[in-house]
Amino acid sequence: MTYFIDRRANAKHKSAVNRQRFLDRYRTHIKRSVEEAVNRRSITDMERGEKVSIPSRDISEPVFQHGPGGKRAIVAPGNKEFVEGDRLRRPGGGGGGDGAGEGGASNQGEGMDEFAFTLSREEFLDFVFDGLELPHLERKNLVDLDEVRQVRAGVSRDGTPARINIVRSMREAQARRIAMRAPIRRALREAREALAEEERKDPVLRNPARIAELKAEVERLEKRLEAVPFIDTYDLRYNNLIDQPQPSSKAVMFCVMDVSGSMTQAHKDIAKRFFLLLYLFLERNYEKVELVFVRHHTAAKEVDEEEFFYSRETGGTIVSSALTLVDEIIEARYPPGQWNLYVAQASDGDNWDDDSVACRELLVDRLMPRLQYFTYVEITPHAHQALWEEYERVEAEYDTRFAMRQIVEAADIYPVFRELFKRRVAV
Amino acid sequence: MTRRQPIATGSDWNFEILDAFEGEIARLADEYRLDTYPNQIEVITTEQMMDAYASVGMPVGYHHWSFGKQFLAVEQAYRRGQMGLAYELVINSDPCIAYLMEENTLMMQVLVMAHACYGHNSFFKGNYLFRTWTDASSIVDYLVFARKYISECEERHGVEAVEQLLDACHALQNYGVDRYKRPSPVSAAEEARRQKEREAHLQAQVNTLWRTIPGQPRGDALPGMADEEDPLGLHEGGRYPPEPQENLLYFIEKNAPLLAPWQREVVRIVRKLAQYFYPQRQTQVMNEGWACFWHYTLMNRLYEEGLVDEGLMLEFLQSHTSVVQQPAFDSPYFSGINPYALGFAIFTDLKRICEAPTQEDREWFPDTAGSDWRETLEFAMRNFKDESFIQQFLSPKVMRDLKLFMVVDDDQEEMLEVSAIHDERGYRRIRDALATQYALAVREPNIQVYSADIRGDRSLTLRHVQDGRRPLARSVYPVIRHLHQLWGFPVRLESVENDEVVRRYHWPLAEEERRD
Repeated sequence: MTYFIDRRANAKHKSAVNRQRFLDRYRTHIKRSVEEAVNRRSITDMERGEKVSIPSRDISEPVFQHGPGGKRAIVAPGNKEFVEGDRLRRPGGGGGGDGAGEGGASNQGEGMDEFAFTLSREEFLDFVFDGLELPHLERKNLVDLDEVRQVRAGVSRDGTPARINIVRSMREAQARRIAMRAPIRRALREAREALAEEERKDPVLRNPARIAELKAEVERLEKRLEAVPFIDTYDLRYNNLIDQPQPSSKAVMFCVMDVSGSMTQAHKDIAKRFFLLLYLFLERNYEKVELVFVRHHTAAKEVDEEEFFYSRETGGTIVSSALTLVDEIIEARYPPGQWNLYVAQASDGDNWDDDSVACRELLVDRLMPRLQYFTYVEITPHAHQALWEEYERVEAEYDTRFAMRQIVEAADIYPVFRELFKRRVAV
Repeated sequence: MTRRQPIATGSDWNFEILDAFEGEIARLADEYRLDTYPNQIEVITTEQMMDAYASVGMPVGYHHWSFGKQFLAVEQAYRRGQMGLAYELVINSDPCIAYLMEENTLMMQVLVMAHACYGHNSFFKGNYLFRTWTDASSIVDYLVFARKYISECEERHGVEAVEQLLDACHALQNYGVDRYKRPSPVSAAEEARRQKEREAHLQAQVNTLWRTIPGQPRGDALPGMADEEDPLGLHEGGRYPPEPQENLLYFIEKNAPLLAPWQREVVRIVRKLAQYFYPQRQTQVMNEGWACFWHYTLMNRLYEEGLVDEGLMLEFLQSHTSVVQQPAFDSPYFSGINPYALGFAIFTDLKRICEAPTQEDREWFPDTAGSDWRETLEFAMRNFKDESFIQQFLSPKVMRDLKLFMVVDDDQEEMLEVSAIHDERGYRRIRDALATQYALAVREPNIQVYSADIRGDRSLTLRHVQDGRRPLARSVYPVIRHLHQLWGFPVRLESVENDEVVRRYHWPLAEEERRD
C-alpha cells in the first residue's frame, strides 16, 4: 500500500518560530554584526540581508564527549604506503585526527570556528530598526478627503450596468413575479373552475352566454399572466460602492544639505548614510514615501539624487534659503493634511552670522507646526556655532518633534540615528 | 532481450509517472520478499525539506531555538551548494513517511523511492533494535502530544523557562536511554491521560524519598530489620541508588528533588524521543548500507526490464557512485568513514560470498559461503547493530577494497603507530577495532549516576569510567552545569580508571575557580 500526498501547498515556514527563537536568543551578537554592516555598507547595498557569524563556542550545545588524549585505535580508509609497525607524526598537533570514525554529520558544526548564516532583508532591517520608532506616527490619522478608497456598502437601486448584482436582481424579480402573478392565478383558477362547472352541466341547462363570458375571462387572465415581465427595471439591484476617506499613509522626506565649500565628500557620505537610514525607516512605516532633495550654499535649489550627493560648490552659506525653499515646496505640493512631513538636515554648522536667527524664526513660525519631525545633524569635529545655538532654542520649544545631534565620524551615524529615533515611553 | 519500453523518458515527472514507477518498484521489492510498512510519499518544496531536516526529520516537533539553528545551518549549506537534499529523509513510522523534493529530477524521485520507501522502510520494520525500541505506529501521535504539551508549558511558565529546561535535557539526551526495557506503545490520548496520573504519583514518590531527614544518626533502626518507612535501608547508610544508573534523564525525572511536575514531564518527553532515535544511532552503517544495496539492486532490475532508459540509468550511476564513495584518509574530502560506502560494500560483498565464494570466503565464513544470498542478507539485516554487524560480516575483501588500516594514537608516545593494515596479520585486528569504533559504549563516554547524597547535602555524584585513559572534552563543564540546573543541588563527576578516581569535576564552581 502506497499513497502519494502533495504537500507543496502546505504552510511553509514551519521553522519560522524556531528561526525567530534562535535570532532572539542571539540578539546581542546579531545586533553587533548588523551595526557593523550599517556602517560599512554603501547606499545601494542597504537593502540586502546580511551574513552574520557567531563564534561556535557561544552557540554549541554541549554533550559529554571524549577529549583529546589517552590511548585509542582509529581505523581509516585509503592506505597506500603504510605497513604494520610504521610510525608517523601526529597530524596538526594535539586534538587533530578527531572525527575519524565518527561517521556522520551529527557533530553539528563542532570544530567549526564560526557559525555563519544569512539574515533575510526583513530580518536585517528588523534588527537595524529594532526598538526605534517614528515620533508622532499617530498624529497623521487625520482623515484625508482627497484620498479615498471605494468600498462596498450593500446594494442600491441605482447604479451603472457594470455593477448589476445579478443574484440580488433575480431574487427581486422572482419575488415581484410571485407577488404580481398570485392574484391573477387565483382569478384564473376560479374562472376555469366556473367554466368547467358550467360545461359539465346538462346541455339543456347550459348558459352559452355565461360560457362565452368565462372563456373570454380565462383568455384575458392568461394574457395578463403572460404579460408579467420576467425582469423589470424595478427589480435591478446594483452593488453599491461608496467613497471612504482614507487616513493618509504617505510621507515625504526633505533631505536638506549644505553643499558649500566646507562640506567635503566625507561629510556628504555621512549625510548620505543618515538620510538613507531615515528613508528606509520611513519606508517601513508608510505605504508611500517621497524624497525631496534640497541643497544649498548661499542659495537653495531642488535637485535630483545624483546632483545632491555629488556636486560641490564653493562660497558662503545661507541656511535659511533652504528652509524657505522647503516651505515653498510644502505649500505647493505637499499639503500637510495629506502628507506626513519629515525634514532631515545635514550641515557642518557653518552659517552666515545673521542668518541663523532667521532660520530659527522660519522653523518656529512656519515649519515646525506642520512637520512630524525635524532632525538636524551637524557633521563637524569643531565647536558649535551660531546655528546650533539657535537650533537649541527651537529644540527647547519643540522638544519632542525637533532633535539635533553632532556627528564626528562615520561610526557615529548609527548610534546617533538610534538615539534620534529611540522609542519613547508614552506619556 | 526485453523489449525496451521505458515508463518515461527525460527528467520531468508527474504524479502518474511516479505512481507507475512506484508500482514497478513495489512489484520487484515483493519478488525479493522485502517486508515494509505502507508508504506515505510526500512531495514537498525545498524549503519544506529544509524544515524537515532542521527538525531531525520529525514531521511535527516542539519549538526550540536549536531547531532554528539547524535550519539556518541547512539553509546556508544548501544555498552554497555544499549539500544535496535529495536522499535520506524518511521517518520510522507506520505508515512510513518519505519525502520527495519537487525540484528533483525523475531519476532522483525513483531513486529516493527505491532507497527510502523500500530500503529504509524494510529495515525499520525488520531490524531487531527498531522492533524492540520503537513503536512505529504511535510515534507521530506522541510527537503531536509532545508539541502540544510543551507549548502549553510555554504559555503557563514562559518560553524562557521551558527553553532552559529543554537545553538542559538536550545536553543529556544521549544519556536518556533505557537499554534494557522495551517501551510499550501508547496513543496520544492515552498518553495525555496517563500524564495526569503520573504527575501526582511521581511527585508523591519523590517526596517520600527526600523526606529522609538529613543527618539522622545511623544505627537507630535495628540492623537487618526492614523498616516499612525505609525499605531501601537509606537511614542505615545504604547508598542511593543501590546500583549505578546509566539513564541519567530517567534518574532525574524520578528523583530530582526540586523539579515541578510539568518539568518532570518535559524531561520525560526528551527521554522518550531520545529513545526513539536510539536504534538509528546504532545502525547507521547497516541502515544506509541496506538502503543503498536495495536501491542499487532495484534500479538495475528496472533497467534490465527496460522500464528506465539509458539516460536515466547513467544519471543514476553517477549519483549512486558519489554517494557510496569513500575518500581516503589524506583526501581533502575525507570526513571519517562514510557509512553509506561501508554498509553498501559489506552487503554487496555478502551477496558475492553467497553466490561466488572464494577459498578465503570459505575459511572466513564457513556457514555463509554458498548459502542463499537473500536469506543471508535478511538475517544480517534483522539481527545485528553496526558493532556486531561489522564484527560478523566485514570480509577481508572489503578491507582490501577500502584499504583499511589501523592507527594507535597514544598520548604517551611521540608518534602514532600503524598497528595493522589490510593483510593476513591485520584483518582480524582491523575488524575488531572498527567494530569497537561503532560501539556506542566506546563512542560516547561511559557515565552513570553513582550516588545521590540524600542524607547530607543532597549532592549528586556521577562516575565516568575511563577507557584507555581517554579524558572528557571541555564540554563537560557546560553539561554538568545543565545537570545542576535540573538537580538543584551540587553535582560532582568523577573520572575513574582502574577503580581509581583520576579526575574530579564539580558544579557549582568555587569562587576562585570561576575567575579562571
